[in-house]
Amino acid sequence: MLEKFQEISDNRHQYAQDWKARTGKKVFGYMCTYAPEELIYAAGVLPVRVLGSHEPQDVSERHIYAMYCPFCRDVLAQGLQGRYKYLDGMVMGHSCMHIKQAFDSWVTHVPIDYSYYMFIPQIVTHPKAKEYLTHEMTKFKENLEKGLGVKITAKALDNAIDVYNTNRRLLREIYELRKQDPPPVSGSECQDMVVAGQLMDKAEHNKMLAEALKEIKSRAPRKPGKRLMLIGGECDDTGVAEQVEKLGANIVADDLCAGSRYFWNEVVPEKDRLAAIAARYLDRPACPLKDVTSHRYRLDHILKMAQDFKVEGALLVMQKFCDPHEFDIPVISKFLKEHNIPSYFIELDVTFPEGPLRTRTEAFLEMLELETV
Amino acid sequence: MQNLYKTRPLKMWQKAKELRLKFFKDIQTAKENGKTLVLVDSGSFIELPAGLEGHACLEGHPYGATVGMDLDFARECAEEVEARGYARDLCVYTRNFWGSMFRNRYYFGGEFPRPDFCIKRSLCDTESKWLQVCCEHFNMPSFYIDFPLYPDRRTGKEDIEYLATQMSDCIEWMEKITGQKYNDDKFIHAAHNEFRTTSLWAEICTLNKAIPAPLDQKTIYTLYFPTVVSRYEDDTVHFYEELLAEVKDRVSDHIAALATERCRLWDDGIPPWYFLKLYRYLERYGAVVLGSIYTYTLHGAWEDQPDDSWGRATTPEERGMPLKTRDDALRALALWYLEKPIYPGMCLPGPKSEQLLRIIREWRIDGMMMHMNRGCEGLSLGAMEQRLALLKAGVPVTVYEGNSADKREFDENQVLDRLDAFMESLGMKKLDS
Ligand code: SF4
Ligand code: SF4
Repeated sequence: MLEKFQEISDNRHQYAQDWKARTGKKVFGYMCTYAPEELIYAAGVLPVRVLGSHEPQDVSERHIYAMYCPFCRDVLAQGLQGRYKYLDGMVMGHSCMHIKQAFDSWVTHVPIDYSYYMFIPQIVTHPKAKEYLTHEMTKFKENLEKGLGVKITAKALDNAIDVYNTNRRLLREIYELRKQDPPPVSGSECQDMVVAGQLMDKAEHNKMLAEALKEIKSRAPRKPGKRLMLIGGECDDTGVAEQVEKLGANIVADDLCAGSRYFWNEVVPEKDRLAAIAARYLDRPACPLKDVTSHRYRLDHILKMAQDFKVEGALLVMQKFCDPHEFDIPVISKFLKEHNIPSYFIELDVTFPEGPLRTRTEAFLEMLELETV
Repeated sequence: MQNLYKTRPLKMWQKAKELRLKFFKDIQTAKENGKTLVLVDSGSFIELPAGLEGHACLEGHPYGATVGMDLDFARECAEEVEARGYARDLCVYTRNFWGSMFRNRYYFGGEFPRPDFCIKRSLCDTESKWLQVCCEHFNMPSFYIDFPLYPDRRTGKEDIEYLATQMSDCIEWMEKITGQKYNDDKFIHAAHNEFRTTSLWAEICTLNKAIPAPLDQKTIYTLYFPTVVSRYEDDTVHFYEELLAEVKDRVSDHIAALATERCRLWDDGIPPWYFLKLYRYLERYGAVVLGSIYTYTLHGAWEDQPDDSWGRATTPEERGMPLKTRDDALRALALWYLEKPIYPGMCLPGPKSEQLLRIIREWRIDGMMMHMNRGCEGLSLGAMEQRLALLKAGVPVTVYEGNSADKREFDENQVLDRLDAFMESLGMKKLDS
């Protein structure tokens, strides 16, 4: 069952096109996990996250400044290379300037019927942020209704919230199992499940997750190994986790956009559904650019996870030139040290060199062994 | 060299330099003069602390740029920041500022000034992370104003309310942390000055449409400085009133910034501060650089004119908006900031390309040079797309790589070769060869 998630991830275009053919409905792409998927889903549209393909390319160089991260260039390349021709729309919720550039260039150069860029407050803890984001959600909802010629009903919103919350709950249940020592599920398997979820109809993903949960529960635990946490950016490259786990470690927790940050908190229902959705996006584990006040909420999430999942070491994984994370890395590594959690920094490009990654991770694992001795 | 026009030094030049120095001195002496020192960012509402008894604003961009002109000091700053684990490719102004702060060395002498509090309102994503670290370093209170930047220029009721109520909360917060009673009259006056300064500056830049251009970009870098740091002050308004009168005279007397003006160029982004002589180099071809979106609009207030041209914005008072109470000033300021064209200029590639094409037409520009600045991700947003849009419209463009304030990433010879090739492609020859 678990391999199916990776299969979907590998065949994401096929999945989306099949879904479109069998349902007769539209598919929208979205960039960045701050896009409020519930609204798109409630409009009867399948939201799929646009990710890169981790292959070298040279089509986005003319459009994106060389000092912007490889992830945003890789994402744009997918559109320029015509791999997402089936998309009916493109949506983005603001997180960082780099991915915004990918979005802007995409809607400028890739033919698309509908596009919407949504402002998401940067100061997510601001007392007025919820009211303002609710207003933004209302504008987006109206725009969607107009663009698609549909009415997004309260019932459809309730259904979307329910499907998405179920998804989040199931993923958290699976993550919970990683608290076991050794865990019955690997970090790369978990990441595959999250990434697949970003590409699938959540109702279908939920069914797969329920089965996966059963399967994991009945499985034998993995081999014992150092319990590691992955901390990083929009990294969807499950290859890192896979490589690290091949060396005998177990990745038991993460703070990633293709990981816990994506699903950790649910929409808490309230009468005003849009306000409830707004609150969920403001309260979610923050990306570095939504964590800019002196109380670093991101550190709270990282520490709680590290403690709950008995993490022994952390790998700080960052896309080259990812400024938001570059700002946070020294702070996180100092913070982890203060809490006796050793960490190791790994920089990623579009593709990552397996050899050096192996050597460096081995050295880190050896260091952890010595510390234990 | 064959001069085509008369030229003469700008009378206000000295005054501009004095204002610049005064800004840095005020920061240095804020404490001994009993003033509150407020750390702000480039887009901050620097009028807000004006209602306190006396204050100075420490703004990071001018400081980062100034340090960038001193290669040794900048290198020491960069090394300090890198030694603390921060990446070398982070915003160079941030690194210059942090380096000074961590080393406790103010570029103008003495220890790095310790701000009392911080008001943040970030124009670019990087700035919020930059100031976050400063607030932690000084363990100082901070107030964050969230600005609805995207997706388009927003001046709706909710947007104005969102900003105005945050600013109002900021005033109450300042009263609480300083124990001072906030002076509304001073604040209203500061808002009035903000409107005056920024519209005067746009009016001055509009005069550069004239042939010959009365001002050149290298001079403009000094002239626009007060719009960035002290636009709410009386001295600043007076400075721009006098400057406007002088530039008007220059236009009517056909006084050129460059006597040999034959070619008019437009600039993009922040320049390599340690190599401003590139502007002088271009003069050898009779090329004058007229300005950039950055210098004209960072704190210039623009709007469409009745004749469809681009010119200075009508101030809220001129539009008949009241400016009698604190609330009046808050709402007028919110609207004014939301309307500033730097936001589409920074965040929206489509509108920025339109802005540029309009400038190219109205300022009669022959070509554009773009600095692909490795030291600033904020102003690089959309840059590559603008290049494509200009080329598509038939505007000659050249691009050179560098870093606004880190000389380690600048190859002088390569850049000059690039500019030579560009000038030749425009059919220009060095006048002195
Ligand atoms: S957060 Fe980092 S990795 Fe993600 S798009 Fe922005 S710069 Fe790239
Ligand atoms: S990246 Fe550029 S715009 Fe942003 S803070 Fe740095 S210098 Fe300013």
